[in-house]
Amino acid sequence: MTTTVAHVHDETDAPYALSHLDALESEAVHIFREVAGEFEKPVILFSGGKDSIVMLHLALKAFAPAPVPFTLLHVDTGHNFPEVLEYRDRTVEKHGLRLHVASVQDYIDAGKLRERPDGTRNPLQTVPLTEAIQSLKFDAVFGGGRRDEEKARAKERVFSLRDEFSQWDPRRQRPELWQLYNGRHAPGEHVRVFPLSNWTELDVWQYIAREGIELPEIYFAHEREVFLRNGMWLTAGEWGGAKEGEVPETRLIRYRTVGDMSCTGAVDSDAATLDAVIAEIAVSRLTERGATRADDKMSEAAMEDRKREGYF
Amino acid sequence: MTSTTEQFADLSATTLLRFATAGSVDDGKSTLVGRLLHDSKSVLTDQMEAVEAVSQARGQEAPDLALLTDGLRAEREQGITIDVAYRYFATARRRFILADTPGHVQYTRNMVTGASTADLAVVLVDARNGVIEQTRRHAAVAALLRVPHVVLAVNKMDLVGYEEKVFAAIAEEFTAYASDLGVPEITAIPISALAGDNVVDPSANMDWYGGPTVLEHLETVPVSHDLTACPARFPVQYVIRPQSAEHPDYRGYAGQIASGVLRVGEAVTVLPSGRTSTIVGIDALGESVDIAWAPQSVTLRLADDIDISRGDLIAPSGSAPATTQDVEATVCHVADQPLAVGARVLIKHTTRTVKAIVKEIPSRLTLDDLSQHPNPGQLVANDIGRVVVRTAEPLALDAYAASRRTGSFLLIDPADGTTLAAGMAGESFASKATTTVQADEEGWDF
Repeated sequence: MTTTVAHVHDETDAPYALSHLDALESEAVHIFREVAGEFEKPVILFSGGKDSIVMLHLALKAFAPAPVPFTLLHVDTGHNFPEVLEYRDRTVEKHGLRLHVASVQDYIDAGKLRERPDGTRNPLQTVPLTEAIQSLKFDAVFGGGRRDEEKARAKERVFSLRDEFSQWDPRRQRPELWQLYNGRHAPGEHVRVFPLSNWTELDVWQYIAREGIELPEIYFAHEREVFLRNGMWLTAGEWGGAKEGEVPETRLIRYRTVGDMSCTGAVDSDAATLDAVIAEIAVSRLTERGATRADDKMSEAAMEDRKREGYF
Repeated sequence: MTSTTEQFADLSATTLLRFATAGSVDDGKSTLVGRLLHDSKSVLTDQMEAVEAVSQARGQEAPDLALLTDGLRAEREQGITIDVAYRYFATARRRFILADTPGHVQYTRNMVTGASTADLAVVLVDARNGVIEQTRRHAAVAALLRVPHVVLAVNKMDLVGYEEKVFAAIAEEFTAYASDLGVPEITAIPISALAGDNVVDPSANMDWYGGPTVLEHLETVPVSHDLTACPARFPVQYVIRPQSAEHPDYRGYAGQIASGVLRVGEAVTVLPSGRTSTIVGIDALGESVDIAWAPQSVTLRLADDIDISRGDLIAPSGSAPATTQDVEATVCHVADQPLAVGARVLIKHTTRTVKAIVKEIPSRLTLDDLSQHPNPGQLVANDIGRVVVRTAEPLALDAYAASRRTGSFLLIDPADGTTLAAGMAGESFASKATTTVQADEEGWDF
């Protein structure tokens, strides 16, 4: 178990003030500790994407010098970027953590799930995720969701109650007051917990920079062969590749989010360092998901429907 | 700062302001919020394109900025806002978290929720209607929740010819009312959310107004450091004991400082046991410090190996709170099932959850005129009332007036875990502006 990098708190202009990053960090740590104190078997959803990396970093800080009292769970679509899987495994080993993998491919091979005509597997994650939560009896599941990502998420609670089918009922969510989180649930139910609820994309990047957190390389500018589909630059892989009329070309790109290769698009970018990425985001005129995720473009109510059925 | 460039040094060391908005359906609140986001350049291209597309499809001439903030399908169908939505935006000077709360009466609980974490509340009125019942209700919620700063945004000034007289009369009436309730700081601003006057940019139509725009005020209002002016309170969340070869004897008490300042060397008392010790170390998420303050999450190490667990409260020995099993408080009832005298509940106060019984409900409060209705027998959703609760174990409870974090609590239904009520210990308002009425015949305020 290694402890995290120490940093001196950001300088602010007033005594006893906290910078916004310190305030968000303290809030997230408070959330992790609440769950550790009140739940039997919490798990962190860890994909090797930047939000889950920041979550893990905060959890390490919250319990240092003791180890994190949670295991990790990754729902693997089978179409993940190899660089990200490599990062995932290295991180798990480095911190001596336990990782459970729920595999969409296994479900397809067993005939429990069917491939979609468009080849996108993100919507197929729901069943493996909910079955893993049931079978491994997790009662609290940390997700990296942020309220600024999408309109349906703007109303998400920090502690979000799910029934035994993992369903989210917006009308059953409890009011959340002060810093008092109510995690009581019946056996079989669980609570999804979002420690980064109040963070924005820029906050996440600034925090990564401040803390010197290492990320998978695909977040930084690199040359890659991509092709254009639905206005997004996609990378060919086992999931598929360019169809007729789609011409692969080599471009300087980076990824703003990391997900299923079939529906995560790259953006043209020469931002090769954290500072350059932050500079790019600070002036960016496209939201993170709008630019890069096909699944959020499905319909205005798409996210709301998917949350109801147990997706994040 | 370790690795961000000069260019973003200003971005990284801003402060965070949490604020809430309250206004009724027709006051133009969604438009104000949309305008704040839009004019502060916080709306991104794809979001704006979506708004323009929907506005065009509906045959509206200009993009409807209110669409930026309509989230759930049910709301889009009803054209109302049914829950608290959180929005995020930033300027070079500050980061903002906005709790956007519906203003109509059946959603009092949402307004209470939004106000509970707010440093500032924006109350919106329609310049044509002035201060109405609903406005008084919003002022009362802000006062009850002890929100340090209140902004009165007098909207739709374009519809009253940008008349200073209209604005001044409304501002005067509201300020008198809110001051009586004990709201410590009130700022009135004349605006037109639709036209953009005084929201982000100063209005050319109201040169008689010399004050800040809404955004300027939000950027410059002091973020409440009241938290550090109170006696220190440290609810223990979790005990950290690695028991590893590297740290065989480490024992730290993890928590978030709820109020005040803690220093190494300070004598402390642990409640409810009353045992005493001295702080020998403060670990602030990876670095050892001599001093820490609210709302930092830290780990305390004490000189003595005493029995401390989650739910205990560590406080300076000179200013520790009393413990009690009899809680008198104002509650806002937030559940659909009622709360009746005799109900067995759980009370969650800081990191401690204990059994309790509702002994009495002495009165219910009507927020419109602050009249009290004695002995209602029960409270239903969106009611605000006084309760007397007996707890199974002692709580180290402060008055809510002294500390929002250690004076607040939840009442929870032990059967299904529902959050029943949000409680504030001690007196309701900073001043006694309430009157008691005899009969309770009127159903309330729809």
